[in-house]
Amino acid sequence: MSDDIDQADHTENTSHADHAGHADHADPVVAADAPVDLDDVTGHAASELDPEAPPVLTVENLRMYFPVHATGLIRRKVGDVQAVDGVSFVVPEGGSLGLVGESGCGKSTTGRAITRLYKPTSGSIKFGGKDLATISSRELKGMRSEIQMIFQDPYSSLNPRHTVGSIIGAPLRIHNMVPKDQTLKRVQELLEVVGLNPEHYNRYPNEFSGGQRQRIGIARALALRPKVIVADEPVSALDVSIQAQVINLLQDLQREFNIAFLFIAHDLAVVRHFCPEVAVMYLGKIVEIGDRDSIYGNAHHPYTQALLSAVPDVRQASVGGRRERIRLQGDVPSPIDPPSGCRFRTRCPIAQEICAKHEPPLMQIGRRHKVACHFPGRLGEAPREPLTTGLLGVDGEGRPDPGASPSNDLVDQPGYADTWFDLDAKRIGRA
Amino acid sequence: MTNMTKSSPTPTATDGTPFLEVDNLKVHFPTADGVVKATDGLSFNLERGKTLGIVGESGSGKSVSSSAILGLHRGTNAQVSGEIRLDGVDLLSLSNEEMRLRRGKDIAMIFQDPLSAMHPYYSVGVQLAEAYRVHNNVNRKAARTRVVEMLELVGIPQPDRRYDAYPHQFSGGMRQRAMIAMALINDPTLVIADEPTTALDVTVQAQILDLLTNLQKEFNTAVIIITHDLGVVAEMSDDVLVMYGGRAVEYGPCREVLTHPEMPYTWGLLSSVPDVSADTNARMVPIPGNPPSLLNPPSGCAFHPRCTFRDEVPGDLCTTVLPELEPASRPGHLKRCHLADPDRIYAKQVLPEIAPDLAKEA
Amino acid sequence: MWAYAARRTAIGLVLLLVLSFVTFVLFFAAPVDQARYACGKQCTEEQIAVTERALGYDKPVYEQWGAFVKGIVAGRQFPADPEVRAAAPETVSDCAAPCLGYSKLNAKTVNELIGDAAPISIALALVAVVMWLIGGVSLGILAAVTKGSIVDRGIVGLTLVAYAFPSFFIGVFMLKYVAIRWELVPLPRYVSIEDGGVFTWLENLLLPGFVLALLFLAGYVRMTRAFVLESLSEDYIRTARAKGLKGRVVLFKHGLRAALTPLVTMTGLDLAGLLGGAIITESVFAYPGLGLLTVQASNAWDLPTIIGVVVLAGAFVIVANIIVDIAYAFIDPRVRLG
Repeated sequence: MSDDIDQADHTENTSHADHAGHADHADPVVAADAPVDLDDVTGHAASELDPEAPPVLTVENLRMYFPVHATGLIRRKVGDVQAVDGVSFVVPEGGSLGLVGESGCGKSTTGRAITRLYKPTSGSIKFGGKDLATISSRELKGMRSEIQMIFQDPYSSLNPRHTVGSIIGAPLRIHNMVPKDQTLKRVQELLEVVGLNPEHYNRYPNEFSGGQRQRIGIARALALRPKVIVADEPVSALDVSIQAQVINLLQDLQREFNIAFLFIAHDLAVVRHFCPEVAVMYLGKIVEIGDRDSIYGNAHHPYTQALLSAVPDVRQASVGGRRERIRLQGDVPSPIDPPSGCRFRTRCPIAQEICAKHEPPLMQIGRRHKVACHFPGRLGEAPREPLTTGLLGVDGEGRPDPGASPSNDLVDQPGYADTWFDLDAKRIGRA
Repeated sequence: MTNMTKSSPTPTATDGTPFLEVDNLKVHFPTADGVVKATDGLSFNLERGKTLGIVGESGSGKSVSSSAILGLHRGTNAQVSGEIRLDGVDLLSLSNEEMRLRRGKDIAMIFQDPLSAMHPYYSVGVQLAEAYRVHNNVNRKAARTRVVEMLELVGIPQPDRRYDAYPHQFSGGMRQRAMIAMALINDPTLVIADEPTTALDVTVQAQILDLLTNLQKEFNTAVIIITHDLGVVAEMSDDVLVMYGGRAVEYGPCREVLTHPEMPYTWGLLSSVPDVSADTNARMVPIPGNPPSLLNPPSGCAFHPRCTFRDEVPGDLCTTVLPELEPASRPGHLKRCHLADPDRIYAKQVLPEIAPDLAKEA
Repeated sequence: MWAYAARRTAIGLVLLLVLSFVTFVLFFAAPVDQARYACGKQCTEEQIAVTERALGYDKPVYEQWGAFVKGIVAGRQFPADPEVRAAAPETVSDCAAPCLGYSKLNAKTVNELIGDAAPISIALALVAVVMWLIGGVSLGILAAVTKGSIVDRGIVGLTLVAYAFPSFFIGVFMLKYVAIRWELVPLPRYVSIEDGGVFTWLENLLLPGFVLALLFLAGYVRMTRAFVLESLSEDYIRTARAKGLKGRVVLFKHGLRAALTPLVTMTGLDLAGLLGGAIITESVFAYPGLGLLTVQASNAWDLPTIIGVVVLAGAFVIVANIIVDIAYAFIDPRVRLG
């Protein structure tokens, strides 16, 4: 069972293989006749955060477990794959939250649970005054138009036997968005919006290149004028020169239609560019969440630090050789039987006794910055004593401390509180 | 198409004796619709112990060229011409059997996706042992010893037990380690790594790149690393070769090419990938359009339909004349572009967009 | 693995029960008076009623089915009516478990009927499967490695021709020319190994086996060709070549191993289907196998025989499925039974 999961996870990022590998002379037809619009190269700066934006999607304590069955005569349930285990976050209206992490961390499962491709095991997904986690299937159909999904692989997510027009028009027909005779007009508008030739509505997906197919997927997602789009690795299957085109397109659409994005990707640089806020996941949990500067410039979780240091940097060319980096040992443990306490402790360079005993709470340490670690600190400046003992009501080794009373003040809420624990000043900070 | 590349003298990016010399390599595939020129006149050199990074997108010809070095196109309808000299021997003039005996022994390859590159029905150990025994006349037991030794070398824990495990029972990183062990088992002098870390997570990628670097030092191997990730190239390579539409468009020492690129396509690659450490004011400027058709490549410079600096070149040079791969402004650096003053354009127009912090420094 | 096999077997047994029940229901749902048919045209109403009672057709379907199931578990004695048995003890036939029933028409238990017919069908099926596997796989491989050449096109074309002719036509054609006119093989009639020895047994099976094999050969050629081509385009084939392995090793050790896996499934299921009788071939060559038995039983509305053959054929298919799945786990280490 665990093997199956392993495989599924590892295939996640591999589809680049198909295009970079032996498909070297694929797509000749499209590339030749596609006119190149040289005006379409305006550079886009990174998206900016609007701290005042109200939340459009609030996820609280979301759990997604998949049962594991025994192989005996009677297939009783013997455990769960804890793919997502209690994540909370807020996606602001018209903003973007990035969800990063490695294969099997649960980021894609989170996205699928939110779009209700899966039924969550527990937790709530608040959207427009309703809880998507428990909503009836009739109401769900209505909500589907408000939350749309863009998939990773533009080769397999479009039905090859349907024309582009019918692919993009299908959601319009199903949800009766426009009168029948207006469908084509709307499809053509959408094609134009995503930068495709509106006259091509009669063509089939295989007549388009990878980047163009991803644009078709985006047009389909846009058809119902959604408020939220869950984009699951939307560019990782595309050639590098095309990735930027698609990211810029998404930025333009976000601005124009005020769409909120939950942007799921393993490419930290792309997420940094697209998302003013980022959540880092490890083995089903959020280990650190915050605005761009907090995560990329001021990461306090050893996993985030390791992740960031592992990214190969083109600027290294001026120095030569390999960059200094934190080296994580071993592999991610199985989500069926995750480590006790902190899930990262088995690979953590600074783990101590308490880490095996208690799960660190996701503690707010800045205006828009939360971290789940007993020893949070900048790289090389991790505190010697755990900082979470007060919250948990335990002593430094993790034994219950009769003197301390556990408190939940700074933890476990989606979004950010007005007060936080300032690590530098060792006191409560205030907005 | 209007202008055939004439067989120019082999360019040298680094001094010293080249161990691998590729000269005017062409790989053409005849198809019903015409000839697909996957690689069209590629030349480069590589010394032992050095790494060449080949960068390009789908259809740039980077994978096809490396398969040609390995002789994998033999027995297909591909037409391969030019010269590939390894240690002075022209590989293209060897018989099929002679080439087979070098494959996996002198030249080895590490593939992108180790899950599909390993046979699902044979254990990892058996597959490695097979690679060893085809070039070494040893018994099963000796091969096993060697395999376990190699698995240990690449950092697989309990190699003796893992010998009998199947590829699907390994994690992605472990599989790629096993793949590297398989490539290195016969002490090859040239290793070609085709997107060795694309399928891997970033922390695993770092482990694998470290491993490759260390092993290269230990065995003094010449390495060709094929990738689309400029970051990987920057950290791994001594030289870099940028390919577009089956041809080299920029070639030279990595430090030169990635800090002072002179070809708009290289600029485009740099500007369309955001950087984790860059200024957040940096702009991401995509390359417009799509990679070229190899069946019907654009006239003149293959990049001209997507090039935003075409106007800087007088007349219709870009659309009619294929530029030669010529020395750029710094030694050892070659570029294929008509732009007269690329350094200035890069500093004035490109750098401020993609790296405002660096532009200010300069 | 044993747990898996046990679970699958349990499911299979339930399926067989359902299958037999459905057969009972369908039999009696047919717009025919089965007893009248069995009794014959001249029978009076009274005789028909006697026949009906004798055959047990007067009882409700579920009761008849219950007796059938009980017979399988515990065995039965025929005639079913204890009074009749007491009246004429010399007509009683014992049918030990697993008893599939008693065919009045043939005056034999169904077990005996099947016991006579099954070896013939099994022999025929085995000879055919060997023929079509050897022919299909080797021609398929040949076509795959010469893809696009005249050889490939020739093989594919010939298989189409074989596919297009109905099996009874080929059967009669072969019978007339190969056996009768050219006398290349004896006029086939079934000779058991005990009676004629292995050689005669086999010699007589060649022609019908070949006709039966032809029916499957085309499909196997084309599938083998497709699977081999698919396998040869896999990344691990490129790896195998990059290691410097000989072309022969690449093809047979790396390419075929994966290509032949799906064929195991196909073969297992096709063979299971055939074990229940090759109706047309057996009819053409007048081989008294299960196929012919089925035809005769159906024509005579002989319920016990029909049920017996149906359950037996069903059991073959179910067992073959289980074996194929378990075999798969041995062939492909990625498959885990669960």
